[in-house]
Amino acid sequence: MGHDLNLRVWRGDASGGDFVSYVVPVEEGEVVLDAIHRLQAEQAPDLAVRWNCKAGKCGSCSAEINGKPRLMCMTRLSTFDPAETITVTPMRTFPVIRDLVTDVSFNFEKAREVPAFAPAGSNSGGTFRMAQLDVERGQEFRKCIECFLCQNTCHVIRDHEENKPAFAGPRFFIRYAELDMHPLDTLDRRQMAQESEGLGYCNITKCCTEVCPEGIHITDNGIIPLKERVVDTKYDPVFLGLRIGRRKDRRVVGPAGGSGPSPIKRPGGVAVGTRPPAPAAVPAVVQVPPAARVADTNVLERPAAVPAREPVSAVETASAKPVDKLKTALPAVGATAGIGFLAWALRRARSARK
Amino acid sequence: MTETERHDYDVVVIGAGGSGLRAAIAAHESGARTAIVCKSLLGKAHTVMAEGGIAAAMANVWSEDNWQVHFRDTMRGGKMLNNWRMAQLHAQEAPERVWELEEWGALFDRTDEGKISQRDFGGHRYARLAHVGDRTGLEMIRTLQQRAVDLGIDVFMECTITRLLLDGGRISGAFGYWRETGSLVTFHAPAVILATGGIGKSFQVTSNSWEYTGDGHAMALWAGASLINMEFVQFHPTGMVWPPSVKGILITESVRGEGGVLRNSEGKRFMFDYIPEFFKAETADNEAEADAWYADHINNRRPPELLPRDEVARAINSEIKAGRGSPHGGVFLDIASRRTPEDIKRRLPSMYHQFKELGDVDITKEPMEVAPTCHYVMGGVEVDADTQSSVVDGLYAVGEVSGGMHGSNRLGGNSLGDLLVFGKRAGEHAAEYVAHLPARPAVKESDVDAAADEALAPFTNPGGENPYTVMHDLQEHMQSLVGIIRRGDELERALTEIERLKARAKDVSVRGTGRGYNPGWHTALDLRAMLTVSECIARAALERTESRGGHTRDDYPSTDPQWGTVNLVVTEKRGNVQLDRKPLPVMPDDLKTLFEESR
Repeated sequence: MGHDLNLRVWRGDASGGDFVSYVVPVEEGEVVLDAIHRLQAEQAPDLAVRWNCKAGKCGSCSAEINGKPRLMCMTRLSTFDPAETITVTPMRTFPVIRDLVTDVSFNFEKAREVPAFAPAGSNSGGTFRMAQLDVERGQEFRKCIECFLCQNTCHVIRDHEENKPAFAGPRFFIRYAELDMHPLDTLDRRQMAQESEGLGYCNITKCCTEVCPEGIHITDNGIIPLKERVVDTKYDPVFLGLRIGRRKDRRVVGPAGGSGPSPIKRPGGVAVGTRPPAPAAVPAVVQVPPAARVADTNVLERPAAVPAREPVSAVETASAKPVDKLKTALPAVGATAGIGFLAWALRRARSARK
Repeated sequence: MTETERHDYDVVVIGAGGSGLRAAIAAHESGARTAIVCKSLLGKAHTVMAEGGIAAAMANVWSEDNWQVHFRDTMRGGKMLNNWRMAQLHAQEAPERVWELEEWGALFDRTDEGKISQRDFGGHRYARLAHVGDRTGLEMIRTLQQRAVDLGIDVFMECTITRLLLDGGRISGAFGYWRETGSLVTFHAPAVILATGGIGKSFQVTSNSWEYTGDGHAMALWAGASLINMEFVQFHPTGMVWPPSVKGILITESVRGEGGVLRNSEGKRFMFDYIPEFFKAETADNEAEADAWYADHINNRRPPELLPRDEVARAINSEIKAGRGSPHGGVFLDIASRRTPEDIKRRLPSMYHQFKELGDVDITKEPMEVAPTCHYVMGGVEVDADTQSSVVDGLYAVGEVSGGMHGSNRLGGNSLGDLLVFGKRAGEHAAEYVAHLPARPAVKESDVDAAADEALAPFTNPGGENPYTVMHDLQEHMQSLVGIIRRGDELERALTEIERLKARAKDVSVRGTGRGYNPGWHTALDLRAMLTVSECIARAALERTESRGGHTRDDYPSTDPQWGTVNLVVTEKRGNVQLDRKPLPVMPDDLKTLFEESR
């Protein structure tokens, strides 16, 4: 049974834009992306939207639907009241290209910094042996479809352009966790995850986990264990401050990617900067209009929980200079270790109850 | 002279799915300056939709398996129309390509011994598919993507190529536009590897995304290359049918590989009624034997649900037509009564998720409704089996855009292996070709001008038709006239309609505020390739007066041995599509002996 849907879509580009209201006929069983496609085919052929598989497998159609970060292809219209106006805005953490399409190259630059998997020997002839139990932990993170909704919702970089140079974000923390848990890897990326990728900035509010369309336990299974293992490299668990030996089987590495021009090319023949420029005077990000920001207060539909946990203040107030930032970020390790321990103890207690 | 951005490379790979990434890695590692140009963001290509696995005779589960058995399965699945040499190379090299992925970080499911686990699939005699739950394609593309990024290969994302450029019959480069800005770009490169995937977007009910507009097929044809086997389009037996918005979305063959069965509205496992003579000796004819097969492949024959895809798709189509379909016009695929909820969720997690989220169906409790959906084109650029080179110097094709490997019907799991095996070969041979070129072919500025005019034409057409309407009409005609069951008179009608649509496509116009990320414009440009490819399919389908694999003629229902030795070759002469018959390459005698045993 179809109905006429009131749809409000942000239209605009880097120079600005506004909401446009449409009435779109929709059918039973349809998703938000169907409504957007019908709008495109019948009323607004120049409406820019990114999509590919339309089955929740490619992670292209990320947007904010009534302020909530979602995949448009996996958001069924039946979850809304037929009389309700549905508002669709582009992801806010990334610069707008046009309409619902944003420039997500930040993520591709962070991907370059990940030192790749480095096994000890060749697998020619199929010599690798791994237990299902051991690969399953990494497999959870490899379910990631790179929709970047976790990056979009992370308060460390949402509205904090200045943190982007020193923060890789939840998508890449689970990548580091995955590699750290790989039974055959020979590299130790824990120090770099902390020092150059900004793991310490995360104060485990779990917003990323809540928006993950793949249901990956980003915080509990990825970030917290990674934080705990980072702490292992720095402090003895009993005598704080005493360094203990690093994992003997793994070589400590720094960020990969080199300092040359980025291989990720952009229009105009200009490569994306190796690192986004520091926001000295002009913010590089295109600001989404105030109206979209109002909608944003509903993000995650948990207004009480977000302010309840204050971000680690040292990190929040870190200056824009990356070097200073590292210095101020380091003391946060103790705090996050404490949080990590608490989370672990809570999980233990909960599982013990079961 | 047209102002465009210019780039200079040795090898330009068009497409960043499994085959494009593998080809780029190989070209780069062979020393060529390599670029990847892709229509979407890196990591979003259609390979992510592949669910079941990579077929490779590693013999991890059944020690009886080897490349000869895999080769034989592939040829029989393709009804012997495959290029034997490609099928042989594929079967021989697929295991090493899978192990290589593991070396680059892929995490496949494991056997108890810690080796890569392998699962059953239609048409494969032994459990042969390396897999990661039911998201193997995602694992593959992510692994290759991470490898390409680690190697520092240049990537041009959201950049669409519209024309190949030639210098005296040799490739000299490629022309395209950036989606983000609409600005034009010219690549100067003596070798181009097409890895553009398929053509499914020309059909209404399809598992393919917007990208599958047949760009590579059409550009190759326009550049003077030949296409083969274009009449063979695979309709995957199991696509979703309800709700309408998800119609066509793929349901992996792994559901049947893991024990799922097909039933009609009477609850009958109807596949036992559709076992063709060709596969009788190796297919179980009763439920007891079929069910025993899952645990013992040696003493039992395969369930008929795991016949090759063409057979299963036709059977489902017949049941629906006979009025024994499900409420929404499909048949029932039942795994709920066959496996425990825990097993289903563990082995088929994304199917569980997909039905729960999109269809309100819990597949651990109730059956799915399924019907055939356009999935894959067996036809493609005619290439040399060992090098993947087309007849145009410097032009290579790999993966779905190439033809020959799968004959008239592709077995599930053979596509991912195809991407890896021939991706590597294409990359290496393209690099070698460039290294041995005496002089670099030059891009002709007049060609760049012509390509630019062509790309911008839809903007100079005020008041023309909406390109989406033309695309919609094409999809409707292809679905109803060139679909799973074909007839001579309908194919002729399709060709008439395509001519009309071509005229309409010339007059479409772009509305809106400019060239930056303007999907109406992109659709207007995609139409040219879609129409070219649709014509090739309809022409070849009309010519082949028999039924074989992915080509079923209602008016010629049987398989004709005379057609079994002939490829239909499509070329373009002065803007007109031309069809020629060409004898199939003849298999050497030592390989022929593999087909003499009965089972």
